[in-house]
Amino acid sequence: MLLNEFLFLGAILFCIGVYGVIVRKNAVLVLMSIELILNSVNINLLAFSLRNGSADGQTFALYVIAVAAAEVGVGLALVLLVYRNSRSISLDELSEMKG
Amino acid sequence: MFASDLLIAQNIGFFIIAALMVVGALRVVTTSNVVHAALWLVVVLAGAAAQYVLLAAEFVAVTQVLVYIGAVMVLFLFGTMLTRARIGAESDLNNKNWFVGLPVALTLLAAMLIALRDGFGNEKLPADAPLVSTQVLSDQIFGPYLLPFWALSFVLLAAVIGAIVLARRD
Repeated sequence: MLLNEFLFLGAILFCIGVYGVIVRKNAVLVLMSIELILNSVNINLLAFSLRNGSADGQTFALYVIAVAAAEVGVGLALVLLVYRNSRSISLDELSEMKG
Repeated sequence: MFASDLLIAQNIGFFIIAALMVVGALRVVTTSNVVHAALWLVVVLAGAAAQYVLLAAEFVAVTQVLVYIGAVMVLFLFGTMLTRARIGAESDLNNKNWFVGLPVALTLLAAMLIALRDGFGNEKLPADAPLVSTQVLSDQIFGPYLLPFWALSFVLLAAVIGAIVLARRD
């Protein structure tokens, strides 16, 4: 297997995730796009872990998974709070901070 | 571009799973149904777990299945159903920024693909690399990476408390 197969896959998933973060209006869908980005990072970490024959990449991948889980928990709590206050989770309507 | 040993079992598996993942990811960012997006995300995450197995990282693959498909997806479905009573296609999920998002994503993709091709070319992954066992992984976590592990525990604790405080009705 080529190293670049996995790196290309990671790059494609990363760009799809970036597109989703920019284009999506629904807050839950933006969080899902962020999950795509984090997964592409994990693929890269594990590919380089195998290439270099060390366990460091796998350790970091585990840490990334744990941080992603925490991020989703807090993110969805925030989304719930926003929904309760404004009855909508459209990110374009959260414009109270505009002067 | 690819070498002649393209048709080995791992490569065929890789390309099938990779195609599934890319299609799933595209559906996640384009579908007009939030629940469908969550289910397509399951396809991507399961495909990522399969790629981790191909990369000889079984423990990370199992963790991916447990944490992402088991826990995070349930959270996403909860979030969807608590914030949107309607289960079905919706028309206002995207904003008007696709003319920004598409060039940004394509430029980024082109830059990364060119850089990766120039940087790593046809470099092969070692076929006989020493297997990283779960024991080695735990020695890493509880040895040289103990301090980040502690920090991570505090992050998780703070996230749990923060989520409860934020989402509580009072």
